[in-house]
Amino acid sequence: MPTVTLNKDIFERLVGKKLSFEQLKDRISMLGTDLEKIEGNEIHVEIFPNRPDMLSEQGFARAFSSFIGVNTGLRKYNIQASQYKVLIDASVQQVRPYTACAVVKNVELDEERIREIIQIQEKLHGTYGRNRKKCAIGVYPLEKITFPITYKADLPEKIVFQPLDGEKKMTGKEILTSHKTGKEFAHLLQSYEKYPFFIDAQKEILSMPPIINSENVGRVTAQTKDLFIECSGFDFPTLSTCLNIIVTALADMGGNIYAVELSYGKETKKTPNLTPSSMRLDPKYVNKMLGLMLSEKEIASLLQKMGFGYEQGIVLIPAYRADILHQTDLVEDIAIAYGYEHFPEEIPEVATIGQEAPLEIFSRKIREILVGFTLLEVQNYHLLMRECLVDKMNKNEEPVSLKNSVGDHDHLRNSLLPSLLKTVSENQHNEYPQNIFELGRIFHKNVKMETGIEEKEHLGVILCHEKTDFTEIRQILDGFMRSLGLICSVKESSDPSFLAGRVGKIIVESKEIGVIGEIHPQILEKWGITMPVVGMEVDVEKLMN
Amino acid sequence: MDLQNVAAIATKLHPYERIVLPLLKQQNELSAISKTAKMQEIEVMRALQWLENKGIITINTEKKKVISLDQNGSRYQKEGLPEKKFLKALTDSFKGLNIITKKAKLSREEVNACLGLLKSKGSIEIKKEEGVSVKITEKGKKSLAEQTPEEQFLNLSFPLLLDEIKDVKIKLAFEELQKRKNLLNIEEQKTVTVTLTEGGKKFAAMDLGGEVVNRITAGMLKSGSWKEKQFRAYDVEINVPKTYGGKKHFTNEAVEYIKRIWLDMGFQEMTGNFVQSAFWDLDALFVPQDHPAREMQDTFYLDGKAKLPDVWKKVKEVHEAGGTTGSKGWGYVFSQKEAEQILLRTHTTVLSAQTIAKLKKEDLPAKFFAVGKVFRNEALDWKHLFEFYQVEGIVIDPQANLQHLKGYLREFYKKMGFPDVRMRPGYFPYTSPSLEVDVFHPVKKEWVELGGAGIFRPEVVQPLLGFDCPVLAWGQGMARIITEYWKITDIRDLYKNDLKQIREMKAWLK
Repeated sequence: MPTVTLNKDIFERLVGKKLSFEQLKDRISMLGTDLEKIEGNEIHVEIFPNRPDMLSEQGFARAFSSFIGVNTGLRKYNIQASQYKVLIDASVQQVRPYTACAVVKNVELDEERIREIIQIQEKLHGTYGRNRKKCAIGVYPLEKITFPITYKADLPEKIVFQPLDGEKKMTGKEILTSHKTGKEFAHLLQSYEKYPFFIDAQKEILSMPPIINSENVGRVTAQTKDLFIECSGFDFPTLSTCLNIIVTALADMGGNIYAVELSYGKETKKTPNLTPSSMRLDPKYVNKMLGLMLSEKEIASLLQKMGFGYEQGIVLIPAYRADILHQTDLVEDIAIAYGYEHFPEEIPEVATIGQEAPLEIFSRKIREILVGFTLLEVQNYHLLMRECLVDKMNKNEEPVSLKNSVGDHDHLRNSLLPSLLKTVSENQHNEYPQNIFELGRIFHKNVKMETGIEEKEHLGVILCHEKTDFTEIRQILDGFMRSLGLICSVKESSDPSFLAGRVGKIIVESKEIGVIGEIHPQILEKWGITMPVVGMEVDVEKLMN
Repeated sequence: MDLQNVAAIATKLHPYERIVLPLLKQQNELSAISKTAKMQEIEVMRALQWLENKGIITINTEKKKVISLDQNGSRYQKEGLPEKKFLKALTDSFKGLNIITKKAKLSREEVNACLGLLKSKGSIEIKKEEGVSVKITEKGKKSLAEQTPEEQFLNLSFPLLLDEIKDVKIKLAFEELQKRKNLLNIEEQKTVTVTLTEGGKKFAAMDLGGEVVNRITAGMLKSGSWKEKQFRAYDVEINVPKTYGGKKHFTNEAVEYIKRIWLDMGFQEMTGNFVQSAFWDLDALFVPQDHPAREMQDTFYLDGKAKLPDVWKKVKEVHEAGGTTGSKGWGYVFSQKEAEQILLRTHTTVLSAQTIAKLKKEDLPAKFFAVGKVFRNEALDWKHLFEFYQVEGIVIDPQANLQHLKGYLREFYKKMGFPDVRMRPGYFPYTSPSLEVDVFHPVKKEWVELGGAGIFRPEVVQPLLGFDCPVLAWGQGMARIITEYWKITDIRDLYKNDLKQIREMKAWLK
């Protein structure tokens, strides 16, 4: 999760109140952010992904100041009218169809501020912007741009400009193959025939979103006072919210916001749009969810602590909030404002009957019976390497593989015997006898299943010591079945993992439920086991029925 | 040691001790005792150690170096040392080395050693033209007549204790001969001698009585002959070899304990598949389709395409524009393909979604729990596993509210051994309000995060259940609880299946 680093002094100035570290720690946690650590004068806070508006120091301070009651209610931001225009060419529709833009003037920039702005941009890219895919943000020095700007798409060879931190002019294609940032985000454009770009009235290219700005027109310096900001992507409301998060943070730094007219062919929009959206809130729903008896007035004042406005049953939601989808989200904010610590606890008298799953009960019984035979239970992973399931078992059934495992364990096991053989092969330094069992899932392909994979609960038993033999494992099988009140028989069969003539099918009520035998010495050799092993594997679900 | 004590101890003597003890009046050296007792030395040694433990004797172990002759040593003892044989083969005039070697019947190696040795003593003169030739000196002739210290040493009788060599010259000769190949063997010999303590002397003088019995046999009991027997008293204080019973895997003990808590609280168990569709694992829980958690690096995906249940269309509507829930939805076009992906379940919450989808109005209120394995695409290291247990609970109750959630959580964690619980705001895509649950760690004396909780969003409940209803939900990992109980620092040790570890692990005593 992304973190914001707050400087305690700046933060206090923004919040408008001094708090002790102890108070800060407590309040930050109870606001719905995770206090990660305090280092000297720096406070590191983790922001949950639903609150991108808190990813800037300004946004965080704004929410915090409301929450502690210093500056509550809906914040007012003025947008001044302007002549700035961006024309959106139909050519971008196939590649990155939307943009939302703004101008912010009189921002006092210094190196520190520039770093802050870049950080906000990067954090929004990484979270809300889904690594620039959903939303990419560009910030430019206004004085270098001649309006109107055009947002259009063209063949990559025809887009030629010097990218930020690039040494010379490059084509769109070259940027994706040889520029550092270009290579990092190339996957976002590569598959398109045409690439999008912003170009001003002097035919100066501003940037090629979502990749990179131009060095000439797209570099903000300490001398920059006025900024042009654009967000590009696929969903206009997302871009608009993202733009609002940035411009309100810049306004909190002292900037003045100016509107930009966006001309989408016949349709014209104006951004940023900081008009709060509204949502109806039912006080009864609030009280039911929270188990409280809040009056409408109390609800209104709690909402104000979270930065909302409230007018006659309607909640006014700040234009920078991205997370209010349903009135349940308002209920959550009311609960946060009320304080999670203040809710009483109650266990209602609801009579329900506890019930363990039948297979689990049965498995527990199996465990108890086998422990009675002085067997040790082991628990292996459900994932194994392919060679353990195929080559080392003399089998040729192809086990279910994982597409993208980062580790060596990349197949789902289709039998418990490989897991058990692995266990004894890794325990050869330990005392014998090693008589062990495992209860667990195995996996097979089966097209009848919803996912194409069938899962079964199996029991595997292995006896490993100098004098073990078929009789001993058969005794365990018989004793086990007797404990379950079942009569079982063994019918000679063949299985490449077992020694021929010493392997059989386990039959209960004329149903085949498993296999029993002496493990083939060749298998033992493959596992590097130098002690005789006998074993059995049983389908627990078949056994239970 | 008083006499009363003597009597008591006498009954505890092992048969070996009973044989050895009387012999100690005459004999005090281990090998002699074992010869007389007709027992192996190791058996006598055990008896002596037990007697020493009882304070009857003290054992003195002396380590001595014993010198014996090796193959060359025995030969030289008979034939004389090579340097003597070499000298004898010489004359006053120079003779070629080959001739001398032949005459003296020495090996090339021995000859070379002789040349150096005799030259340094001044017994020979060496000339090197057209091969090496040697003649004897006057000094050499003189030494022929004498017995050298080396010869004196060889004439001693072997085996011989090093400490017994007193003569300085002979000692030097020993050190010289020790360097030669296959001449001497030096072994360390342990000599064990025994001294009776003051109390022990009384003991040794005592009549220890006749036959004593070790085992009670079925025969004795049947015939009643036990009545005449004298049973040896055992030393019940000594350690015995380890023995092990069968045992459940220790994580299962913890799982059973946690399940018991839920069952006691009236919850029904949910179980289900590990292999799931992205639909059930994520979409049904309103996790946005572009959520970072769905990316390849966090989740194990499998080949193939899942069949979606009919409810997928309702879920799609809710994702896109909220459906009939009153939500705005995520505002994107829902991808069926994304939902059809097959994966290993990333959380047990998938079981909650499937359970809710099966419920009818008349089943409510209802409570469910699950304890099950979940999977994350991670390489194994000391703090990461790719599969681990998760604990999950839901309460579907039209009257439920946030206060009930707090109540259930406090009760659950109290039973888990954490009476102090704190809830903070949190975030999960499928709950609102969302809570992080901290418990006060009784040993570390600080708040530690243990789980997440919340009320399922209407976007989750309504399409699955058919109507909106509060569903309280919570989940947590189990690793912290298990590793802390068994003081495991490397999380891989949970499933290492080291049989010694499993055998010796203490039981789950909660």
